[in-house]
Amino acid sequence: MNATALPLEVAATSIAHEPRARLFSPAGWAAIGVALLVFGVVVPLLALAVPEGNALHLTSYALTLSGKILCYALCAVALDLVWGYCGILSLGHGLFFALGGYAMGMYLMRSIGLDGVYHMDLPDFMVFLDWKTLPWYWKGTHSFAYSALLVVLVPGLLAFVFGYFAFRSRIKGVYLSIITQALTYAAMLLFFRNDTGFGGNNGFTDFKRILGFSIHAPGTRVVLFALSGFALVGALVLCRFIVTSRLGRVVTAIRDAESRVMFCGYDPKAYKLFVWTLSAVLCGIAGALYVPQVGIINPSEMAPTNSIEMVVWVATGGRGTLFGPIVGAGVVNLAKSYFTVAAPEYWLFFLGLIFVLVTIFLPQGIVGLLRRRKQG
Amino acid sequence: MGSGLDWNSYPVEAGSAAKFAPHPRAIVRAGTAHPMIMRILVLLLALLAASLSPASQALTPESLKPFAGDEASEKLTAIDALIAAPDARVAAVLAAIRDDRLAYTDDTHFYVGETGAYVDAVSGAAATPKADDLKPVEINNRIRAKLNAALAAMDLLSPDRAVRAKAVADLEKASDPALVALVDSALATEQDPALKATLQVVRAAFALKTSDREQKLAALVALGASESPQTRQLLLPFVEKTKEGGFVEADAELRGAAEASLKSIDQRQQKGELLGSLFTGISLGSILLLVALGLAITYGLMGVINMAHGEFLMIGAYATYVVQGWFRAHWPGAESWYLAAAIPVAFLVTAAVGAVLERTVIRFLYGRPLETLLATFGISLLLIQLTRTIFGAQNVEVANPAWMSGGIQILPNLILPWNRLYIIAFSAIVVAGVWAILNLTRLGLYVRAVTQNRAMAGCVGVKTPRVDMLAFALGAGIAGLGGVALSQIGNVGPDLGQSYIIDSFMVVVLGGVGQLAGTIVGSLSLGIVSKFLEPYAGAVLAKIMVLVFIILFIQRRPQGMFALKGRSADA
Repeated sequence: MNATALPLEVAATSIAHEPRARLFSPAGWAAIGVALLVFGVVVPLLALAVPEGNALHLTSYALTLSGKILCYALCAVALDLVWGYCGILSLGHGLFFALGGYAMGMYLMRSIGLDGVYHMDLPDFMVFLDWKTLPWYWKGTHSFAYSALLVVLVPGLLAFVFGYFAFRSRIKGVYLSIITQALTYAAMLLFFRNDTGFGGNNGFTDFKRILGFSIHAPGTRVVLFALSGFALVGALVLCRFIVTSRLGRVVTAIRDAESRVMFCGYDPKAYKLFVWTLSAVLCGIAGALYVPQVGIINPSEMAPTNSIEMVVWVATGGRGTLFGPIVGAGVVNLAKSYFTVAAPEYWLFFLGLIFVLVTIFLPQGIVGLLRRRKQG
Repeated sequence: MGSGLDWNSYPVEAGSAAKFAPHPRAIVRAGTAHPMIMRILVLLLALLAASLSPASQALTPESLKPFAGDEASEKLTAIDALIAAPDARVAAVLAAIRDDRLAYTDDTHFYVGETGAYVDAVSGAAATPKADDLKPVEINNRIRAKLNAALAAMDLLSPDRAVRAKAVADLEKASDPALVALVDSALATEQDPALKATLQVVRAAFALKTSDREQKLAALVALGASESPQTRQLLLPFVEKTKEGGFVEADAELRGAAEASLKSIDQRQQKGELLGSLFTGISLGSILLLVALGLAITYGLMGVINMAHGEFLMIGAYATYVVQGWFRAHWPGAESWYLAAAIPVAFLVTAAVGAVLERTVIRFLYGRPLETLLATFGISLLLIQLTRTIFGAQNVEVANPAWMSGGIQILPNLILPWNRLYIIAFSAIVVAGVWAILNLTRLGLYVRAVTQNRAMAGCVGVKTPRVDMLAFALGAGIAGLGGVALSQIGNVGPDLGQSYIIDSFMVVVLGGVGQLAGTIVGSLSLGIVSKFLEPYAGAVLAKIMVLVFIILFIQRRPQGMFALKGRSADA
């Protein structure tokens, strides 16, 4: 199917017997080390130790923006795992991202405590709606550990159930794409409702503290930023580990010729379900890290457009490379920040053009372009 | 005149008040039709005889006497007396009282003011009272309401159906037992079935106000057959419960009659709602059909999902807007027919955009359906932003032509709007046209051939790229037609396409591709199912339920309801 885009790697009988590819090249490991150093030491120093006004000082705006982009990049890596390696183009990953965000958001709402506008134990929006008790599905969210569990479980479970039914009936290609889009669209409508207990239009916002630390304190922000960076590196290593494993080779084979893989005796369903669910969980984690940094989560995160934007990060960076999507997320989002300030009316033109030009002229994305240059 | 009481045909002669006695035959008629009414009338007349002038002379200086006084209740009684013997003079005087045109010099001389001149209230002859002595008759709101009802009741006998219809509608709101006689005489002569039915409700409503048990019972039973939406309000007090759990209405028989009537009303109401859901469902389905047809054709043919398809709708709607503007500027006389011109314009414009899109973008992405999806999404962003730049981000106003507004009333609680009916008919015509193109033309033959087996069609000489382009343009053009339809029922703005596109994707998933029948059944069933779910679950939950249903449905039929049969493992 993707003959023009990617070499057909299937020699199905020998899928499992190929020698294992190395995880990263030495240069790759070095880059990861540098990245960890930047996220864990350099940025915190620049933000906290370097005095304000100094050219090297990292402003809170820059810190938030780059933290946000790290979360987006984590999504892009997760999406690349299913699209680039398994051929499943999800147009609904924004849903998993938002679900993780909502789980974390509710914890943050609960830890506002009595400091809300109404000085009540319940989150403000529930007081406003004249609710007396928490709905059952938000029970226990005052505990950070339980909320963190929800961050992983809710997107994971939803992805598992949806994926089970979708892959069982062998829905694939554009069919699957538009159904995932409908899924996130339906969820968005549900979350927009006031009476569903998700805060309606405004979602969750006005957070005060996380684990007892003020959410606006520079120290907290730096920690959140560093955590996002570590999560991104962790996800990258994990995904790379998966795609270089035997399982990963079967997954790649499914992407290139699902029927042949089936005829060789593999059951594609389980493989697809695994990478699909894992990808959703990673997206959920990204959402959970995103919310405390940005300070708001609302249903517009589930808008179909947001999910497709994630896809364009992957496409721009280069799908099937894991590293490319990180680049893509960075480039596109920096462009977005630039446009929304400098020329908001041109942003959609720019984004639309990226979609068209990248798919026609850069099927392998930026990373693919660089690789081609390197090979001569 | 022979058929009953018809005051408009009475000869109006000045100075002969005696001629305006109630027509004897009218009373006889009322009496034979409703013995109960007869009794009441007799009672009323007896009362009148006791308190006022003889009943055979309704309008006498004596009968107007209370209006010179201050006592509101006496005035009310006097009005009752006047109503009991209605004629043209009485109507004129009552209208004069209502409009504050009745004046008096002393309590036996009343005058009606008519644009600068005065006539004697009783005789109708021209009169010249001394302006200094004239005092206006004063009434309060209660009297005014009663007069309104009374005058309406008198209008019931007008030969003009429109006047009668208005009178009936006015009376539905008022319920004054004193008007019973008038309503009865109107019932006896009314020939129009719709008016007669409403009048019967009015009659029953009046009867419920009386204290006579037999009358009430008959009225409660009669109300069961009523189609009027206000009937429920009349019946409900009879089945109401007190706080202690007992019934407000102690009489079990009355209560039973009310309950039975309510039940039959509810049943008819439900029927109306059911039909209403069915209709809105078909209406939604026909719009989805217009949207999904093009999608299904191009997906079946080329295996690509065109995310910019919704924007073709938007272009069609904006084309309608532009055509409307052109007509307003250049040909205002024919403005109500701009829609007829908009149809071909919208089709051609969107088809051209589709052809250009196919030539410049989609062509290069064949065999990569997922990339096509992304590229067309980019196109859709570009088109939306382009529209915003040209026409502004606000919605533009597209007016319904006069012949599209209004609707036909099928049931009291079911009106089918003309614009929706036209759209249903329009999409039926479009489907027939598409069927004809696919099945009767050479292009259709090629499209079907390429859909079935692209390589083989190419081998036998079909120019597949050309077929692709034409089919894509056709699909886009159909969406443009859908845009014309949408402009008549919703807002026209840059985001117009977004709200229908996901539903129409679901139609394609549900109905399968490559066959017209799948799209038709898919869109109609999706439309009807959503509209039937909406009253119970709300619009949002209905959407979610439909989505879950579709996901479960394709467990059993992954290729949709009407899949093309084939042997390809990758199908």
